[in-house]
Amino acid sequence: MPNQGNPLSRRQFLATTTSGVAVAAIGSVAMPSVLRAQGTPVKLGVLHPVTGALSYSGQQGRLGATLAIEEINAAGGIKGLGKIDAVLGDAQSTPDGGTAEVEKMNSAEVACIVGGYASNICLATTQAAARYELPYVVDVGVADSIVTRGLKNTFRFGPGFGVISKTALANLAAINDQAGKPAKTVMIVHEDSLFGSGLAKLLNAQLPQQGFEILETIPHPTPTRDFNNVVLKIKAQNPDIVIPANYYNEYVLLARTMQQQQVKPKGIYSVLGGAASSYKFVKEFPDAARYIMDCNHWFDPRNDKAQALKKKVESKDQFFTYEVYMNYSCVYLIADALERAASADRAKLTVALAGSTFSGHLMPYGPTKFVNGQNEGAAPVNTQVLDNDIKVVLPSAFANAKPVFPRPA
Amino acid sequence: MLSPTILIPAILNGLLIGAIYALVALGLTLIYGVLHIINFAHGALLSAALFAAFFAFRLLGLDPYVAVVLLAPLFFALGYGLQRFIIGPASHGDERNMLLVTLGIAVIIENTLLYVFRADTRTIDVPYAFQTIDIGSTFLAVSRVVGFVAAFAVALALWLVMTFTDTGRAIRAVAKEKLGAELAGINVAHVYAVTFGLGTACVAIAACLLIPSYYVNPTVGDAFVLVAFTIVVLGGMGSVPGALVGALLIGVAESLSGLFLGESLGQIGIFLIFIVVLLVRPSGLFGARA
Repeated sequence: MPNQGNPLSRRQFLATTTSGVAVAAIGSVAMPSVLRAQGTPVKLGVLHPVTGALSYSGQQGRLGATLAIEEINAAGGIKGLGKIDAVLGDAQSTPDGGTAEVEKMNSAEVACIVGGYASNICLATTQAAARYELPYVVDVGVADSIVTRGLKNTFRFGPGFGVISKTALANLAAINDQAGKPAKTVMIVHEDSLFGSGLAKLLNAQLPQQGFEILETIPHPTPTRDFNNVVLKIKAQNPDIVIPANYYNEYVLLARTMQQQQVKPKGIYSVLGGAASSYKFVKEFPDAARYIMDCNHWFDPRNDKAQALKKKVESKDQFFTYEVYMNYSCVYLIADALERAASADRAKLTVALAGSTFSGHLMPYGPTKFVNGQNEGAAPVNTQVLDNDIKVVLPSAFANAKPVFPRPA
Repeated sequence: MLSPTILIPAILNGLLIGAIYALVALGLTLIYGVLHIINFAHGALLSAALFAAFFAFRLLGLDPYVAVVLLAPLFFALGYGLQRFIIGPASHGDERNMLLVTLGIAVIIENTLLYVFRADTRTIDVPYAFQTIDIGSTFLAVSRVVGFVAAFAVALALWLVMTFTDTGRAIRAVAKEKLGAELAGINVAHVYAVTFGLGTACVAIAACLLIPSYYVNPTVGDAFVLVAFTIVVLGGMGSVPGALVGALLIGVAESLSGLFLGESLGQIGIFLIFIVVLLVRPSGLFGARA
């Protein structure tokens, strides 16, 4: 029985793997022309954290992207290129998980990737995609560093921290001024990853310039099991405004604990609050949610297409969250670029994306205009929970209600 | 920050959250102490129990405090079945295999929950969710106070079972000397399964007490299990009073270190105490000396 203890010798191993690598190398050169023959679907990587701590947001993002792809395909696909084939990926709520998916998607020869959701995931995945000159459209990830590293492949459709915090502060000051400046002191409660910490840093720098005194900034991990201590601190210092910046579960726990401990500041003003602009939160905890204000991603309430999608999503027993309509819009943005590029070639698609003036999206942004990968038209809006619904209160061009501040006793 | 108006409520909050940890840790310490396996499925079973309590409320209209009467026996049966028909046979008596099998079960449970219910976070809105008891300096949530009392009741019941019943004696005998117990006529496979069942029933009780003030999603159990493992080692493996005292201690330590060091560093307090106790008393606070 020769070779029983050593079924594969070192030489055999080297011989087979080397030839395998050689075949793969030849394949990678020869394959694209075969794969991209006429009528072959265009592969689009749809990458979200659908498991792990961020899985709810990830699944909502995937829902938005796949709904758009289904619609485009039902209408015959992309003119001249055919249907879109979604290559779904799970970032498992970690940057490493996201990077691994980018590698897989690159091997699967996707033309472009959409998604990422969390800032830290987007930072890693866009960089991994840049190695393959693979165009990447970030759906949400708000950290400004995502688009300031000079990566030619990276495009962000939504607004970043800088714009969001600036708008949020300007609007907070405007709302406070309009009410006769009842609020002077602020406490910030933020989750401690890139998203919350980055935002807290910006707020700490900019709030004093607007005349607000920051009493304390409280970071917390995700997940946090109990917010009683945080609320105790808020209660002891009695700020006029509490600014939470965290993800959905923690936001809900914080708001519930505040209600339980009967802490009622003049206003809860979130910046990218995980639950403040969530129909789910408003439906499940109307009392805790009432009068909460938020500066966040939001659809254009006057856009008929957005209202139609809202109905469609709700008919599937899902909530119409910002992940859904931002990913939906991003897929249409990519489809528009693919059509103009008339090719699934990555370089041509990158050029088409960079020159995009796409305006068929659902957001209150106007035509798309990328400058160094950032959509300059992107801006957040201010919402407030009023009459058990979420209303847009600022900017007035899109508003369907007036802000109520300070909150009535 | 040292003002009693913050310090006293923080300690009380620590005790209340510690009681919930105790309920999760009680199940774990039984399984750990008798079967000598690190039950990686404990967190996933907690998630499953939270889902069960959630749907008992949503579909059957059962209040979680009523549902406990139904879910505790149901999860006892589930735990019994898991150990008797899956973990036991699959591990062939090797404790290392048991550990891997429970890890496998955890992956299956979590992913099944994810597949069936999506990652959506769900909550229930019971009438007493926002009811509080005013103790002057702070408000204590009624649901947390109920959890606190229940943790003591469950710990007492478990202690009575372990000390005065034949089943308890058999469990302790198996934990101490498996072969000897077998020679004395104890059905070891049955005792293992009963222990796993009791541990799983504790998880169901914890879930019913937790759901009025918390949320459920397929991975929610993970947030409690690392703390529960720490409590089990801290209190002494297999010790019921140890799990209870350890959990309350950890709850207070977490609360105070969260208060002084910030929530992000709150875990430091837990592990500092853990390391100190292991250095001074390696068998844990209530563990039998080796």
